[in-house]
Amino acid sequence: MSILVDAATRVVVQGMTGGEGSFHTKQMIEAGTRVVAGVTPGKGGTKHEGIPVFDTVAEAVKATGANASAIFVPQAFAADAILESVDAGVPLVVAITEGIPVLDMLRVKNAIGESGRTRLIGPNCPGIITPGRCKIGIMPASIFTPGTVGVLSRSGTLTYEAVDQLTKIGLGQSTAIGIGGDPIIGSPFTSLLPLYEADVQTEALVLIGEIGGTAEEEAAGWIQSNMSKPVVAFIAGATAPPGRRMGHAGAIISGGKGTAGEKKAALRAAGIAVVDSPAEIGITVARLLGRA
Amino acid sequence: MNVHEYQAKEILARYGVPVAGGGVATSAEEARRIAEKIGGPVVVKAQIHAGGRGKGGGIKLAQTVAEAEAHARAIVGMTLVSPQTGPKGRLVRKVYVTAASEIAHEYYLGLLVDRAKSRLTIMASAEGGVEIEKVAAETPEKIIRADISPSAGYSPYVGRRIGRGIGLGPDQVKQFVALLSACVRCFTEMDCSLVEINPLILTPDGKLFALDAKVNFDDNALFRHPDVKEMRDIHEEDPLEVEASKSDLNYIKLDDGQVGCMVNGAGLAMSTMDIIQLAGGKPANFLDVGGGASKETVSNAFHILMRDEDVKAVLVNIFGGIVRCDRVAEGIIAAAKEVHIDVPLVVRLQGTNAREARQLLEASGLKLTVAETLDEAARKVVAAVGGAA
Repeated sequence: MSILVDAATRVVVQGMTGGEGSFHTKQMIEAGTRVVAGVTPGKGGTKHEGIPVFDTVAEAVKATGANASAIFVPQAFAADAILESVDAGVPLVVAITEGIPVLDMLRVKNAIGESGRTRLIGPNCPGIITPGRCKIGIMPASIFTPGTVGVLSRSGTLTYEAVDQLTKIGLGQSTAIGIGGDPIIGSPFTSLLPLYEADVQTEALVLIGEIGGTAEEEAAGWIQSNMSKPVVAFIAGATAPPGRRMGHAGAIISGGKGTAGEKKAALRAAGIAVVDSPAEIGITVARLLGRA
Repeated sequence: MNVHEYQAKEILARYGVPVAGGGVATSAEEARRIAEKIGGPVVVKAQIHAGGRGKGGGIKLAQTVAEAEAHARAIVGMTLVSPQTGPKGRLVRKVYVTAASEIAHEYYLGLLVDRAKSRLTIMASAEGGVEIEKVAAETPEKIIRADISPSAGYSPYVGRRIGRGIGLGPDQVKQFVALLSACVRCFTEMDCSLVEINPLILTPDGKLFALDAKVNFDDNALFRHPDVKEMRDIHEEDPLEVEASKSDLNYIKLDDGQVGCMVNGAGLAMSTMDIIQLAGGKPANFLDVGGGASKETVSNAFHILMRDEDVKAVLVNIFGGIVRCDRVAEGIIAAAKEVHIDVPLVVRLQGTNAREARQLLEASGLKLTVAETLDEAARKVVAAVGGAA
């Protein structure tokens, strides 16, 4: 078991023939992913890295049975690409693209809500990986190892840091998901937590949040009432000044709200093991699982 | 991206939002000419990207043209300290001269994106002229809200409902419906992240108009609004931040820090700042060099850090994933040879090929300290600036 992606996942890459798309398609295949199609408007009928390219997502899905899509399309066209996958009924869409306008994302979220068929991960995220079986995104597969710890994060390299700590301590991962650093994302923590709770492979969860918004507070509420598995949380940005966007479009303390302090307090109040130091994520999971 | 009040009002006026007439001036003489044209009492307002200007003496009422000129002379060139500028204040380069208006009532109107609901949200209140955060904290029942769905869009009933909710009479509700519709169009067509009219005033003769206005834009959408990009006033930004943005570096200067940091990825960059503080030091900046950390970006980043006089030591923390650590180490070595680094340097590379990277760094002959774990890196760099504070 794992969540959302496994060895049976068939991936179509939108923007596969571009620089990023091309590079990461190869990396995804090396990580065990079944990439079955690419989509680049105007290049339908050709092959790229031996994979058939289609003009539209609908054609790609019809011809290859793709059931997940990866978006490597530039910011100006990314919302259109996501909407195309939603329209084609692709159940899982992973948008890696950074810098999609917020108002575009409002339209996308609304369309996903109306369709009721698609789950979106991202945008502005490193993607999702079930180590050894499937990776949709840009994470370095080499640091991951199959195992029982779920990882759920708003960050990219900070996730790698946490995963590296877990792997080195001898704890593999079930599925790791970067949900994205934008203010409007497809799948907030609360929409993914139930999947980890239900997954028999996952024994514990690492939750990595950051300043801005209220996603961590909502996660704390859900975990307190519904989660039976141990959770270790870290919140980045305790030293971030208010009113400044810390790299991620969504990482901003505005009107005095969304501070690391508030989030940690909410998580602690829910009985979650919150670490103040990012260096203690791995060891704390090991302790909770009785393996330290 | 932020713009000045005069720019915000120009934009809103374009969409049909009523604003008081006026003009922007960079000198007392110019301010005088604008005041002459307006005729009658005017208000002279400092143009900086921070609120609370009146409290710092940046907003003055003038009964005569001579008075307007005198106020402008005092304000242009002053360092304005307001509750939002921080103790250092901001140099005022421009004033906005606008017709003074009589006020029967002050309202609040704001449009922004509600992250949790993924909707454009309208907020209005009969308590105008004060910070909305204060109203929200103390008397939340006085704020009337409405969410706009992307599929249904804005409809006039929303304006009628909110207008009634903040206590407007029938004539004013009509004006409010048109004004709100203009604000929504402005927000969606211009890719705003905030449109705020505070106060929205009612004059004794029953007219509604925007006395002050704030418009912010979504940075991610600037690529489709070249006209908005041109409104950027780099004088309102930190010079090092402007410099960094030219090299596509995400850099934010922090007050009173001593440890410069260079990190790949925003989350890891924030965490690095946090762990420096936990070790007893103070981070001098946030700096995200991006996922790959190439030689060129690392070199640009060193240049920025070395120009910050507060920086007494530098911590480089890079997680090498797909770009292997040994390649990153080569980039750091090349960049460190190019840029004169005159403070202690601690480098921590973790991830793919981290051991090879450490060997490269140690053999480079550069004066730097290598660290393996995050903890160790933070302790070493804090020790380099004189230990825990």
